[in-house]
Amino acid sequence: MIRTRQNLLGWGMVSPTLVVLALVVFYPLVAAMRESFYTSGQTLDADGFVVEGERFAGAANYAGVLGERFLNATFNTTLFTVVTVAMEVVLGVAMALVMHRAFRGRAFLRASILVPWAVPTAVSGLMWKWIFQADGVANAILGTQILWTADGVWAKLAVIVADVWKTSPFVGLLVLAGLQIIPAEVYEAARVDGASAWQRFWRITLPLVKPALLVAVLFRLMDALRVFDLPYVLIGPRKASVETLSGLIWDEATRVHYGPASAYGTALFVYIAVIAFVFVKLLGADLLSDVRARKKESRDAAA
Amino acid sequence: MLLRRAGLVGIALYCLVPFSWMVVSSFRRTSDIYDKSPVPMPWSLENYAAVFADGMGFGRALGNSLLVASVTTLVTLLVGTMTAYALARLTFRGKNLVLALIIAVSMFPGALLIVPLLKLFTTIGWINTYQAMIVPSMSFALPLTVWNLTVFFRQLPLELEQAAMIDGCSAFAAFRRVLLPLAAPGVFTTAIIAFICTWNEFIIAVTMVNDQATQTATVRIAQFTGAAKFDTPFGTQMAAGVLVTIPLVLLVLFFQRRIVAGLTAGALK
Repeated sequence: MIRTRQNLLGWGMVSPTLVVLALVVFYPLVAAMRESFYTSGQTLDADGFVVEGERFAGAANYAGVLGERFLNATFNTTLFTVVTVAMEVVLGVAMALVMHRAFRGRAFLRASILVPWAVPTAVSGLMWKWIFQADGVANAILGTQILWTADGVWAKLAVIVADVWKTSPFVGLLVLAGLQIIPAEVYEAARVDGASAWQRFWRITLPLVKPALLVAVLFRLMDALRVFDLPYVLIGPRKASVETLSGLIWDEATRVHYGPASAYGTALFVYIAVIAFVFVKLLGADLLSDVRARKKESRDAAA
Repeated sequence: MLLRRAGLVGIALYCLVPFSWMVVSSFRRTSDIYDKSPVPMPWSLENYAAVFADGMGFGRALGNSLLVASVTTLVTLLVGTMTAYALARLTFRGKNLVLALIIAVSMFPGALLIVPLLKLFTTIGWINTYQAMIVPSMSFALPLTVWNLTVFFRQLPLELEQAAMIDGCSAFAAFRRVLLPLAAPGVFTTAIIAFICTWNEFIIAVTMVNDQATQTATVRIAQFTGAAKFDTPFGTQMAAGVLVTIPLVLLVLFFQRRIVAGLTAGALK
């Protein structure tokens, strides 16, 4: 009796969210997947008559997936993701270790570390575009004359620098929160046993901070794989050296090539889903750990 | 100790120097925009005047951003608070499935969603409207809100609602009269984070709107052009960038402790 009532109430309270998500996420997802197998616009049929509207196209839209532009975008996206996430983890952990147990100036530090996070990506794109100008401050400091924002290898580096600047502090914050729940006694015990600072880091800090770090990395991976605005603003749309999968999809969609755009979108979706699945399975990033723990608690209490 | 202090200074410099270069550049005159002096000499408001010149549409764009971000935040809070309560407090069949679903949705690529939505909005005449930005923005704002609030609600003591329910409150009344007032700080923090994320949104806004009158500030400044066509007006862009970021930096300064708690809550529990 009580169970059914809780079931009803629960679903009643959850359903508005599910309805909204159904409209803004699941409908587009299904529509895009359907669209990826159709072609639209005017064409001539076998007898030379004009055919209007949508027609089933089989896997024709997916032909582009083997094309140079798609493969290039996949390479750019993957390179960007691997490099930025790796650098963000290293820098983030380093920042967290420095900030941990720092007392003086803590509020100031926390506020400043939130600045890169709060700067809109589009604005940070403009900011780095200005810094990386041919006559800009980056070249002046380095004593170089690199054309960072022209289409080329340097453009990749510019985008990576801009992204690492913006998100490493965020990773640092998440790791710091993970560090703060490690009890000080653990370190004291290790010190008494003669563990060096290096050993304490590898054997204690890293394993204990791993759950927080994994979740942070998972979020960052998913974000990096769908990156769009940073290369768009910093270098420009339709630039081969920094065109990401999202950029390619956007370009096709705005040129009303809905079929290929949907096919690429579906491919990106599958790519992200596979990475997320592998990540969660292999490394055991446990987003629902708390839910499971609670369930066990209530089972134990009932028993 | 010395090393740690050097590290702290390093972090602060890392975070603030690029941003301050933008601020410094925004106060230079157009004629000395390429100066490398650490402070502008002389100070000038030329760029700020240029940002608000007629035809730039920047004031309007700021207003549009405010409108889109506020409405999105409000609607997601209305919908998401209830859901988060149910996920945090009630036991019902399929709850974990809903939770997993909401987390999965937050990882969706926006680029995939815009394709069918662009087609749909073209058909129903929503291109260049506010709702064309607000409705798709729910796709990332709502999962974020629900997830954050679920974590907040779980941290509140269960006994309070149980007491209220023993005193005869229904579960819903216990939520509305007892838990919600207590959760106000958490709801507020979530609202700030959702607001900032929506304010910074780009791909939806740049796709659904091409009319200057409805454009949001992030898209508007990316499309500023100088007097001469291929002349990028960097000073103007920096001034506009500072103006778009200032509201967020103020929010961050005032509510830093809460924002950090909110950002890390989802990742830790």
